[in-house]
Amino acid sequence: MDTLIEAAQQTQQTVQKKTRMSGAEAMVRCLIEEGVDLMFGYPGGAIMPVYDELYKFQNQLEHILVRHEEGATHAAQGYARASGKVGVCIATSGPGATNLVTGIADAMIDSTPMVCITGQVPKHLLGTDAFQEVDVISVTIPVTKWSYQITEASEIPSVMAKAFYVARSGRPGPVVIDITKNAQFEELDFEYEKCHKISSYVARPAIEMEQVEAAADLINSAKRPYILFGQGVILAEAEAELKELVEKAGIPAAWTIMGLSAMPTNHPLNVGMLGMHGNYGPNVMTNECDVLIAIGMRFDDRVTGNLAKYAKQAKVIHFEIDPSEIDKNVPTELAVLGDCKEALQAILPLIKENSHVEWLNRFRECDKEEYEKVIKGETNPRDGELRMGEVIRELNDLTDGDAIVVTDVGQHQMIACRYAHFNKTRSNITSGGLGTMGFCLPAAIGAKMGAPDRTVVAVIGDGGFQMTIEELGVILQSGVNVKILILNNSFLGMVRQWQQLFFDKRYASTEMVNPDFQLIAQAYSIACKRVEERSDLAASLKEMLEHDGSFLLEVVVGKENNVFPMVPSGAGVAEIRLE
Amino acid sequence: MKTTYTISIFTDDRVGMLHRVTSCFTRRKVNIESLTTSVSEVEGIHRYTILVEMELESEVKKLANALEKQVEVHKVFYHTEDDIVYQEIALYKVPTEAIVQGDAEHIMRAHHARILTVEPTFTVFEKTGHRAETQALFEALEPYGILEFVRSGRVAIMKPTRRLSEYMEELALAAAN
Repeated sequence: MDTLIEAAQQTQQTVQKKTRMSGAEAMVRCLIEEGVDLMFGYPGGAIMPVYDELYKFQNQLEHILVRHEEGATHAAQGYARASGKVGVCIATSGPGATNLVTGIADAMIDSTPMVCITGQVPKHLLGTDAFQEVDVISVTIPVTKWSYQITEASEIPSVMAKAFYVARSGRPGPVVIDITKNAQFEELDFEYEKCHKISSYVARPAIEMEQVEAAADLINSAKRPYILFGQGVILAEAEAELKELVEKAGIPAAWTIMGLSAMPTNHPLNVGMLGMHGNYGPNVMTNECDVLIAIGMRFDDRVTGNLAKYAKQAKVIHFEIDPSEIDKNVPTELAVLGDCKEALQAILPLIKENSHVEWLNRFRECDKEEYEKVIKGETNPRDGELRMGEVIRELNDLTDGDAIVVTDVGQHQMIACRYAHFNKTRSNITSGGLGTMGFCLPAAIGAKMGAPDRTVVAVIGDGGFQMTIEELGVILQSGVNVKILILNNSFLGMVRQWQQLFFDKRYASTEMVNPDFQLIAQAYSIACKRVEERSDLAASLKEMLEHDGSFLLEVVVGKENNVFPMVPSGAGVAEIRLE
Repeated sequence: MKTTYTISIFTDDRVGMLHRVTSCFTRRKVNIESLTTSVSEVEGIHRYTILVEMELESEVKKLANALEKQVEVHKVFYHTEDDIVYQEIALYKVPTEAIVQGDAEHIMRAHHARILTVEPTFTVFEKTGHRAETQALFEALEPYGILEFVRSGRVAIMKPTRRLSEYMEELALAAAN
C-alpha cells in the first residue's frame, strides 16, 4: 500500500518537474541536480549556449575560469580528490576538448571521478571538418570510463544522470559528454531522475563470504602477514576499517603513493611507502612475508619492480573492486572482489586478535639502516646546499601533518610523499599513475576549493611549475588561498638523476634556465619569497603558511641531489639501493 | 606457439561501441584476425565475434576482463576451437569462360560449393566452411583466374548450453547490488 502511495507521489512529482527549456539550460540543471556547485572550464564557440545558462545560474553554480583547458581537468581532479565529490570541467569543441585529454588520462589511471563536458559543432556539420571540429569521443575512448555524444536535447537528462553514476560508482573514473551545439539550442521537456544502476555494469560486486572466510583463515594463520594498501581504501571510505584490521591482527601496513594518508603517518603499524623510491623495509619485506594482503591497490610496476622477483614466497590475498585487476600483474592465492569497505567489514569479525612483534621489528631494523644511510642526511643535513627532504621536514613541523599536500611529478614528488606527515585522509594529492608534470598547481587550486577549511600546500619542481604556470591567473582572479612551494634545482631532477645513474651523466636537455619566479608571482599579485640559506628556511615556511592568502615560496635546493632509496628499473624490490 | 581464440562479446547496440571494443585490442597490440558483428538472440544486444591468435591464455583472460569492464559490455567469453561450432563464408568471382572450359562441376562437387550467379562474363561461387576449406577452394579456382575474392569473419556458436538471457539476468541482479 505504502509503495503504491509512494509511486503515486513520485508520478505527481515527475509531472510537476517537467518543464520546457533549452538543452543548454537542461545541462546546467542536470549539474545542479547532481549537487555540483563548482566547476572548472574555458568557454568557446561550440559551448556558448551552456555558458549563457551558467551566467544565469551563477548564484547556484560557480564556474572557475582556468587559463588552459588542461588546468580545468587537473583542478577538477584536485577538487574531487580533496572533497570526494565528482569533479566537473567544461570546454569547447576542437582544441578545447583535445586540451582536456591529459587530465582525462590522468583521472582514468588514478580512478578519479570526473565528468567532462565538451561542446561540439552542430549535428549537421559532424564529419565535415567544420571549424573547431574534433571527434573527441574517438580521441578519448581509450582514456575514459564512459563517453557519449549528445546530438538531441531530449537525451540530456538521462545521459547526464548516467554520466555521474558511472563517474562516481564502482572504481571511479572520467566520463566525457560531448554535446553538439544544436542540442544546446533545441528545447526539451525536462525532468531529472538520478541513475542508480545500469544493467550491463556491476559497480559493486557482491562480497562472497566463502572468499572472506578463506582470507580470514589465511590471515589468522600467517606468521609474517603484510598489508599493502592503496587508494581503494580512500575511495571506499574504508580508513577506519583498515585501521581496525591492522590493529586487531597486528599487521604491518605499507602504502602506495595513491594510498598515502589513508592511515596516519605516526601509526605504529604504518611502516611506510612502497615502490621505486619507497622505504627500505616495505620493499625488502615484500619478499620475506608469508601472506601478502593487498587492499585497494593494483600492483603498479612502480610498486612491484620486476614481477619475476616479486613476493614469490607469499600467498597473495587481493581485496579489489575491479575484476580486471585480479591476477593482472601478480597472481593471487585468493581474491575478495568488491568494495573494500564492505569486504573489510565482513572480514573483521573473523580476524583473531594477534600481534607480530618480531616481524614488525624486522621493518624497524630496516628503518634504522635507512635512517642512517638516507633519511638523516636528507632531512637534517648539517651543511651544504639545501635539500628537498629538509624542506618537507620543516613543513611537517609547522603544519603538524594537518595540511593537504599536492605534488607535481619528479624528485620533489617522491621526497614529499616519502617525508610529508599526514593525520587525515584525502591529504595527499598527486599524479600517481600517469605522472603528469603540470598537475600540481591546478590540482592544488581545485583541492583548496574542494576543502576550503584546510591548508593546501602545492609542492612543485621548477620544471612542472612552468608546465601549468598560467593557472596563477586563477589565483589572481579567484583569490583562492594556495601555498606554492617551489623546490627549485634548476633541473628536471628525476630525469637528470637517471642520466647520472644510467646514462653516464649525459645531461641531455634537463638543465633549465628559469625565469625569475619572484617577478612572475608579483605580476600575479601573489606574495612571494626566495630562500637560499638554511637559516631562513623555517621562518620563511612559517611566513608562507601564516600569510593571509596565496604565497609563493621558492626554495633553492641542491642541483644534483638524488632520491634514494631506489629500486632500479628492471630490478626486484629486494634489490633496492640505499645509495 | 600461438593458439586461436574466439572471443564473443555481447554489448549494447550503439554508435561508437566497436571503437571502444577494438581499443582494448589496440592498446595491447593484439591483432584482430577476423571480426563479425551482428544481432544476438536477445533484443537490443549486439554480438561481436573476434578471432585472435595469442600465446598465453592468461593474456586472453586479461583482454576479456578489460572488455568486460567497459560499461556497455554485458558479457565476454573466449573459447578455443574445441568449444565452439563455427563457420566462415567465402565468395569467389571467376571468368565464366574459363569455368565453362574447365572442370567446374567437379570442383564444385568436391568442395561442396554453390553457384550464386552466372553472368556472361563472370560466375560467383559461394563456399561455407572452415578457413582451410574456403582456402582449398580458392586454390582450386586459382588456375581459372580469380577476379575477386572475399571471406567473411568467423561466426561461432558456443557449445556450452546456458542461454545468454540467464547470464544477463545474473548480471542485472549484480548491477542492482
